Parts: sequence; C-alpha cells; structure tokens
Amino acid sequence: MKAQPRILVAVVLLVTLHLAILLAGLVAPADPLAQNRDFPFAPPTRLHFVDLRGHLHLRPFVYPWTPRPETFNEYEESRDREYPVQFFVPGAAYRIAGLVPSHIHLLGVQAPAQIFLLGTDNYGRDQFSRILYGGQISVAAGILATLISLSLGTLIGCISGFYGRWVDESAMRLVELFLVLPWLYVLLGVRAFLPLHLSSVQTFLLLIAVIGTIGWARPARLIRGIVLSAKNQSYVTASRGFGASNAYLMRRHVLPQTYGVLWTQAALLVPQYVLAEVTLSFFGLGLSEPTPSWGGLLSTLQQYNVLVSYWWMFAPAVALAVVSLGYLNIANAFHDRLQSVSG
Amino acid sequence: MHRMGCLATLLLAGAACFAFSAPQALQRGEDLFTTDNPVGRYGGSLVVAQRSEPKTLNPVTAADAPSREVIGRLTADLIHINRASQQTEPALAKSWTMSKDGRQFTVKLRHGLRFSDGSAFDAEDVLFSFKVYLDEKVHSPQRDLLIVGGKPIEVQKVDPYTVRFTLGQPYAAAERIFDGLAMMPRHLVEKAYTEDKFPQVWTLTTTPSEIAGMGPFRLKEYVPGQKLVLERNPYYWKIDTSKNRLPYLDELVFLFVGNEDAQTIRFQAGDTDIISRFSAENYALLSKAASSRGTALIDLGPSLEYNFLVFNLNDLSSKNLGKIAAKQAWFQDLKFRLAVSSAIDREGIVKLVYAGRGAPLWGNVSPSNKFWVDQALPHPPRSLDKARELLKSAGFSWRNDGRLLDRQGQAVEFSILASSSNAQRSKMATIIQDDLSQLGMDVHVVPLEFRALVDRVFQTYDYEASIMGLGGGDADPNPEMNVWLSNGGTHLWHLGETKPATDWEGQIDQLMQKQLVELKYKERKHLYDQVQEIIAANVPYVFIATPNILVGAKKKIGNFKPAILDPNTLWNVEQLYFLPGSPP
Repeated sequence: MKAQPRILVAVVLLVTLHLAILLAGLVAPADPLAQNRDFPFAPPTRLHFVDLRGHLHLRPFVYPWTPRPETFNEYEESRDREYPVQFFVPGAAYRIAGLVPSHIHLLGVQAPAQIFLLGTDNYGRDQFSRILYGGQISVAAGILATLISLSLGTLIGCISGFYGRWVDESAMRLVELFLVLPWLYVLLGVRAFLPLHLSSVQTFLLLIAVIGTIGWARPARLIRGIVLSAKNQSYVTASRGFGASNAYLMRRHVLPQTYGVLWTQAALLVPQYVLAEVTLSFFGLGLSEPTPSWGGLLSTLQQYNVLVSYWWMFAPAVALAVVSLGYLNIANAFHDRLQSVSG
Repeated sequence: MHRMGCLATLLLAGAACFAFSAPQALQRGEDLFTTDNPVGRYGGSLVVAQRSEPKTLNPVTAADAPSREVIGRLTADLIHINRASQQTEPALAKSWTMSKDGRQFTVKLRHGLRFSDGSAFDAEDVLFSFKVYLDEKVHSPQRDLLIVGGKPIEVQKVDPYTVRFTLGQPYAAAERIFDGLAMMPRHLVEKAYTEDKFPQVWTLTTTPSEIAGMGPFRLKEYVPGQKLVLERNPYYWKIDTSKNRLPYLDELVFLFVGNEDAQTIRFQAGDTDIISRFSAENYALLSKAASSRGTALIDLGPSLEYNFLVFNLNDLSSKNLGKIAAKQAWFQDLKFRLAVSSAIDREGIVKLVYAGRGAPLWGNVSPSNKFWVDQALPHPPRSLDKARELLKSAGFSWRNDGRLLDRQGQAVEFSILASSSNAQRSKMATIIQDDLSQLGMDVHVVPLEFRALVDRVFQTYDYEASIMGLGGGDADPNPEMNVWLSNGGTHLWHLGETKPATDWEGQIDQLMQKQLVELKYKERKHLYDQVQEIIAANVPYVFIATPNILVGAKKKIGNFKPAILDPNTLWNVEQLYFLPGSPP
C-alpha cells in the first residue's frame, strides 16, 4: 500500500515525459538543428514576472541574451524591451509524431528574441528542444530494443522449456554464453565493425537491432523456467489428455503464465537499453551529429571546460534519470504484484 | 643533536652537488655563442606536460612529435632557425659562406665544443651524421630534405673545423635545411651503424650515459608511463652576457599527461610550469583565475597551420569505388567547389570552434606568416546567394523541398570525414554540414579514428571529402613542396599523379620548382604569390581557418618568449630560469 503514491508519481512523470517526447515538435520552442552562431553556450533564458519599474506581470516575460563584449561565451540580458511568453505561436515547421505537418509551438516569444529554457549548446542550438527530440531517439531505441529482446527471449524460452531435452540443453548453454558476455564491450566491438557511412535512420535501426539481440538471454531463461513448471501442472496434463495440441496448450495455458514476468522484464529492460544507447552515443558510436540523442548530447561533457562551465549541459542526464527511476519503480510494482499473486 | 643537524645539512649539500650536473667553467679556446637575453640565475626544475611518450630518442629516425620535442632539447644542429625572428642563426656552425652559383656551402664549426658526455665535437662527427641521415637503410624522415635536384648533398671535410656541402642545384634558403638535423656523436654510435643496427640505438631504455648530444640538456632518467627527466648539459655551448654557461635550469621534466583536458587540469593545479597547444575554451577557463594562481596566458596570434576541406579527386578507375567515382563529377566542377567555399561561414567557425582565437583562411599561407603571405589574395565574404548562382550556372537545380539536384537529377549527398580525436575538426564539420544544408546539400559527418582516416585519404581513397590540417612547421615555402607538386606525397586531393592532371596544377609545378632554385627573396615571393593565387582560384582545398597559438606559463619563469613556430615554448629553454623570490 505504501508504494502506491510512489507508483503514481512515477507513472505521471513517465507519461508526461513520453508525451512531451512524442509531441516534441509541439512542445519544443525551436528546431533542434537550428544553429544560433551568436549564442554558443548561452545559459537558460530567465523567466521574469517583475519588470524594471517594479510592475508585476501575470504573463511571464523574457529579456533576450546579448553577448557581453570582450568575453568568452558570457551573456547579459538586454533589458530594452520585454518579450512576453506566448502560447501556441507559429514557428519552425515540423511533423507531429512524424506524421502531421504543423508549425505551431506550445510556447515561444516574438522574434528577434528567443527562449532557451535549458540554454544552448556549442552551436547555439536550443538544448531543451534537443533533449525532447533526442528523447525520441533514446527512448524509442529503448522500447524497440526491449521488444526485440522479449520476442526473442519468449520464443527461445518457450521452445526450450516446452520441448526440453537436447533443445533445452543447447539453448540454455547459449543463454549462459550470452549472459557472461561483457555486453558493453561487445556493443562497442560490434558497432566498430558496422559500415561507417550510414544514414541516421540506418544507424538507428542497427543500433536497436544490436542492443536488442544481445539482451535476449535473461528473459529467455526466466520464460523457460515458467514454461517448464507450467507444462507439468495437472491441468495442462489433463488438457493434453483431452487431446489438446501443443500450439493450443502453449497459447491457452502456458503463455498466459509468463505475462507477469514479461511485463516486469520490459520495465527493467527499457531503462537499461536507453542507457545502452546513451553509452554508445556517448562514445561516438551512435547517431552522429547533428541528430540529437541523449548520449550524443551528454558527450559534450567529455570536454573538461564544458563539464566545469555549463551546468545546463547536464540536463539530458536528469531526463535519463527520470526515465530510469520511473521504469524501475514500475518494474518494482509489477514484481510486488507478481509476488502477492503467486505467494 | 646539533652535530646531527650539521651532518644532515652537509649530506644535503653533498646530495645537491651530486644530484645536478654543475655547469663547467669556461675553457680557453671555446668558441661559445653569446645569447642576448637578460641574465638569469641557476637552479630549479621546469616541468612540462606531453600528450604521449616519445617513441625513440634517436634523432635520425624519430618521426613523431613527442619524440622530436624531447630530442630537440638533447641535440643541436649546425644552423638553426631562431623561432622568434624566423631567421637562421649560427649554431654549432660559427659561420657559413655560399659560392656564387649557390651550389656550395662552406661551414666553419665552432672550436672546442664538447658533447654532453665530455668528448670533443669536430668535422668527423658532422661527416658521420650526414652519412647516417643520407643512408637509405636508416630510413630517416629527413633524408628527402637532403636530396636537392635529385642528388644527395655531398659532404666533404676541408679541415677538422670546416665542412663543405655541395648541392645538386642552387637551392633557395638552403641554410634552413640544416635546422633540426641533430649532430650525432660518432664515438658512441658508429659501431652500431657499421653493424647495421643504427635504427635500434638510443631507445627509451638506453642507459643515459650512452646518449650524448650537443643540446642544452642530457638524459637523466626515464620512468615508463610517468615522466622523462633531463638534466643540464654541463658542456653546453651557449653563454649569457655575464659569461654564465647556459642552461640556467638544473632539470627539465616531461610529464606524460594523456590528453589536453588532463594537461589543463595539471597546469591549473600547478603541477606543470608551462602549457602549450590547448584549445581556446581551456584558455578561457585558465584565464579566469590566472592572476591569482600566478600564471600568465598568452595568445600569440594565428598559427601557420591551415585547416581545409578536401574533396576526393583521385583517379579511382583502378579501384572498386563506383559510388564515389560517380560523385566526383560534382567535386571536379570548379563551380561546385567555389560554391562550397562561398557557403562556408569561416567567421562563424572561428567563433564557435576557436572561440574567436583563430583566423579565417582563404589560402594556404597564414596571415601571421608575414614574409610569405600574399596580401593581394581576395577574401570574399560568405554568400549563399553567390553559391546558389554558381551552382545554377553549373547546371544544378533545386527540388521543391529545397534539395539540390545535379544535371542528371541526382540529389547531391556526400560525407565528410573528420578525425574523432580532434574535437575542433569535428566541430568544423558540423558547422560546414549546416552551411551546406542551406544550399540543399545532404552532408553527413563521419567521425573516424585518425589513423583510419589517414589510411582512407592516403591509401584506399575510400572517402568523399575530409577535413584535414597541414603546415605549422616552418614559415618557408619549401616544406610545402610536397603538398603542391603534382607528384608530391601530400598532394592530397589527387595523389600519385604522374603528370599534372590539370593545366593549373602544371603551372603550380613550374612555379614551385622555380622558387626552389631562386635565391633572391623578392623573386621567390613573387613566384610564391602566384602559386597562392592559382590555388585560391582553383580551390583544390577549401581553406577554412587557422587556430591561434595559445600558451601559458607560471609568472615566475624568466625569459619566457613563446613563438608561433614549433616548439612554441621550449625553443629557448636554455634561457629560461626561475625568477628570484620564487622557490625553484
């Protein structure tokens, strides 16, 4: 019972984040690829409610940054004019969820002012927009790779558990092999062998395939265990006695037993695979510039001066932490439910 | 107690005497070089960081920068290029004369000089050194420099202190060849040479006593993975105006510090005394608290290096690279290259990549190379309109969604290789990608490990375009021969040409050969200006920018006079000293 509010928070956070990522074009105030070469490493734009004359504004407004003369990447607000934050403003064209063309953005300010909710990167690109678009890559990679892993795992686990004997033996030895693989190094190695000149879509799909196929072993072993115990249950034996086919038994009696484990595994694997994508991109083996992904965004932190000078460059790590904690909390909840049902 | 204290002091004093090699008193008959620097004081150990360990200490075979950096402190040459004035000055040679036809060079050596192990230096050592450099079996990277007009330089001993060099043809700035050619001690390495084991001498594990040079320092200790310690050469041949034998420093320590960021941190922490070759971002970081830390940072202005975008114009008929060969139709079109050049935001690159500490380039000669830069070279500003016009007149058109199409209706799409270890070139690639996307070109940036990149550009030709950097060595045009002669080894856009592929490449060949044998500076400058203009008009390389040389040092270091030529900070290491009032 105590876990309930925590789960609620996790679910709300995850749903919000996923929606924002899915509707990145709408939520993001800027085109993630647009470079503002006059504003490298600009800090987050400040939202003001009180103007210079001390008047309170209900609608927040911003002062645009101007580079401080004779300095390196330092900015000050130019307070000649206030730019109120506007909602549903027209801006750069995009497609909602990759399908519906649109150019309306949730919020923005009148040109020439710009709003950088989480500052800008080395090329003056809006960090907030890049995190949202980067999330499309990173989170989608996590979810799709999980689907691959679980499908493979279920397939092999079921066959292995159901047919037993040498099929089981050989499948399980293979599982052990995959379990002891140092996956990070395998990923690095595999990526290094892939052709270099690939479009970002190809790289993305390859990345998912590689991450997904490496992780099937653990779910396969769990599923096999369940199948193994399920197929010897008396009602399964009875059903078989009444002439049920293997396919029927599998569909009707065995597979439903695995759902709980599958959901738990999914909730565990998604953050793990998001992290895998981030790791690969961090090391420069994922998507290349200018396509944003969380690992790619974080990789700028490899430079010492960025690490110590621009705190907003850590923002993708916060998004990553929220996703990981959210999913792990849900995995916990699934696990608890599974325990209480079976126990 | 008291006696113990005395004893300890004595022991310490004794240890100090043994720990450092004291400079030898001046001898009669020594032809010494008197430097004009302010007089310093003896003592102290200077610590600098190096990106990687030297591979060897053999001056004849060393090819990598870390090795050369260390070897340069251990050895000396006959004639040296003064890094501050960029002009030659006598070193181990006291003077030299050139015959009227420009083919004979007579060099008078200084009398009474000794190697760092105390043995005498004379013409025999010079003869031996050149024999080794010229020996094909030794594979010295400097050998090419010593082949003039197709013939190796001939070296003759006239008397124990006079050597005559005969060149195959007159050679402009011939005395600059001698810079960096270390004179070797015949008595230590001749045996290995006669046994064909020369390339194996003077490795990092060689006992320090078996290594001797004419440089300001000699090897003291090598700790693998950590540091290399040099100590004063007590017989060094330079003195200051007060007749103190140089160097002032007791020791010079090279710490091996993996990368630039780590070097920045070590300098920030005070572990190293001097820092060089670091990015403008780290420069900004270090300048924040520079004065309170007692350090000074200096921006020396644009370096001699040039960074550029090169398109693959190699002959691919013998290679199985059909896809790239198809794209070469674009790259070979001068208007296409001009359009790319016109679209690149050089100012933006200087701003974002070098944080403003760099200079945009439209030619191969950096604006800081005052003797050779062609001031008349045009600097067209960035213009996307002009780029579009050029493309249009070359038969390119645009699809409705803005994508650029060639005559055949093919969408223009190519990739740019950039070294993944060079953050600055990767950033350039990202900016250029954005610039070219505004022309409707679909450009991919492919970060590649440096050696893999070099392999593709030099060997397999399996690339479409690449960002590279060259130059940065000497200010003279001669080291550039390799880049611009159509059969040159660094003629990157089209390697292995047996004859010039285009008329303008033929013109460059002629002009470069002419300047090589022209002895008058004014004439040479005129010829080299024409080369620069032809290059700028035909853009075999799309020149981008050059970074400023940035250095930093603790304020307590005296006579610190960094230069834009390599080695930027240690070129006058024998004159560096710790100012009074600072603990050495």
